[in-house]
Amino acid sequence: MTGKKNWKVTTLLILGSLFIFFPLYLTITIAFKTPQEMSGNLLALPESWSISNFLTAIEMTNFFRALGNSVLVTVITVVLVLLTHSLVAYAIARNMHKKFYKFLYFYFISAMFIPFPIIMLPIVKQTSMWGMDNLIGLAFLNVVMQLAFNVFVYVGFLKSIPVQLEEAAIIDGASTWQVFWKIIFPIMKPMHATIAILTALFAWNDFMLPLVILSDSSQYTLPLVQYAFQGQFSTDYNLAFASYLMAMLPMIIIYIFAQKWIIGGVMRGSLK
Amino acid sequence: MVKKKYTYLLMVIPAFVIFFTFHTYPALQGIFYSFTDYKGYGNWDFVGFKNYLNVFQDDRALSAYGFTFQFAITATILVNIISLLVALGLNANIKFRKTLRATYFLPFILSVLIVGYIFKFMFTHLLPDFGKALGIEFLSSNILGNPDLAWIGIVLLAVWQSAAFNTLLYLAGLSTIENELYEAADIDGAGSWKKFWKITFPLIAPFFTINMVVAMKNFLMAFDQIVALTGGGPGQATESISLLIYRGGFEGGEFAYQSANAVVYFIVIVVISLIQLRVLERREVK
Repeated sequence: MTGKKNWKVTTLLILGSLFIFFPLYLTITIAFKTPQEMSGNLLALPESWSISNFLTAIEMTNFFRALGNSVLVTVITVVLVLLTHSLVAYAIARNMHKKFYKFLYFYFISAMFIPFPIIMLPIVKQTSMWGMDNLIGLAFLNVVMQLAFNVFVYVGFLKSIPVQLEEAAIIDGASTWQVFWKIIFPIMKPMHATIAILTALFAWNDFMLPLVILSDSSQYTLPLVQYAFQGQFSTDYNLAFASYLMAMLPMIIIYIFAQKWIIGGVMRGSLK
Repeated sequence: MVKKKYTYLLMVIPAFVIFFTFHTYPALQGIFYSFTDYKGYGNWDFVGFKNYLNVFQDDRALSAYGFTFQFAITATILVNIISLLVALGLNANIKFRKTLRATYFLPFILSVLIVGYIFKFMFTHLLPDFGKALGIEFLSSNILGNPDLAWIGIVLLAVWQSAAFNTLLYLAGLSTIENELYEAADIDGAGSWKKFWKITFPLIAPFFTINMVVAMKNFLMAFDQIVALTGGGPGQATESISLLIYRGGFEGGEFAYQSANAVVYFIVIVVISLIQLRVLERREVK
């Protein structure tokens, strides 16, 4: 867009963004302060930017183990989601005229309106009975929980891809599997990116599912570690904030480099 | 052709089986146990609708519903007003457009639980200091410690965190509107207020519907925000339905009773979502 820039709106938005930055500013400065400095002005910058809070927090929360757990769960979830949900959506999208597939579509997406607490109690019994109360089980459940939304978005996208392309390939002797992997899967790249981002955010930040599923504290993910940490050291704010900052940092760093795709992806996903 | 048919089946059957086993089956189990006196362990008997009748007579459950509605309705309205305003701003011809968009979307990527802990610190330490310094009675004590005000803190956190996503949905909606419409309105001499109500708002109606329904549904399911800020307190003033089911079910040995509560909760969410869709979609057509 060219033409005269609207400075009034720009100024208002910049002022408004202070609301976004303020809690983050507070987190960063408190994480670098000493407990003594906390008694003074809370908003002031730290006198000496000491990293000792971070070192202590890393040790006390076993930060790298939790980070590893979060990465593991997120990666497994995203890979499984991309491979399986696109496949399911494809079969549904190309057979919507048949009753069975239409039923399947509405059956899956109706799960969006089922609150987690209704399955929470039975699923905890079930996962512990089947030895799934661990990170792999958690990733697996994430895939189940995300199915509704992802199928909805994938099917919406697939409807916009002309079938002629596939028919041509089939005349050339390709099987349905080949059509999917060689033609459809690559075409869906922009949609994969959107789904991957939203799924990764869900898996990374989710708190309720890990809270009820994971029984062994050595398998805790980052949000769960912050929860346990808050319970134990709720008064040492410097330590706690260093820990919060470290838990949020991986996503913030990724966001800084990938925000263009993240924002674009979500906008595209919501246009369907 | 027969082979093709089986291939499609092969593509959906595994997902169907897994989804049924880990989503539908537990849900059916929950409904089943809601008619028993199961504690989560040991023996059980059928008790009919007793659990359901008790939910409607349980003050703790009723106050959880009351709080959840109050919170969800307020947060849904606020989030939609703020998101729409921010989206209109970000869609205007502004400077630093990309940076501002990136800034306003930032809260979406952060964990609600951790942001909640940061907000808790602000409510407990920063705001009371401000209140005292400025002599504002209302702010000079921790609002999270006040049973009448704690819910406002949760609304603020929820709005801060989720306005980002709703803003983006509105932006997506605004990007579908052709610029020529505004140019035509300019020629007709329409002011910006009139342009908003006659062009912008009707054209993003579907996005308004989705935002209202999704925001309401998410807020009705609030859990992380409350665990982080108040833990349901003071007393049980901010105990949401999810939190009550979690606590009663796992810590209170009320497996069957909270299963009944969860079924009621499910019905409430579906009914509210359907009513919203009905009412808002009718408005769209007009």
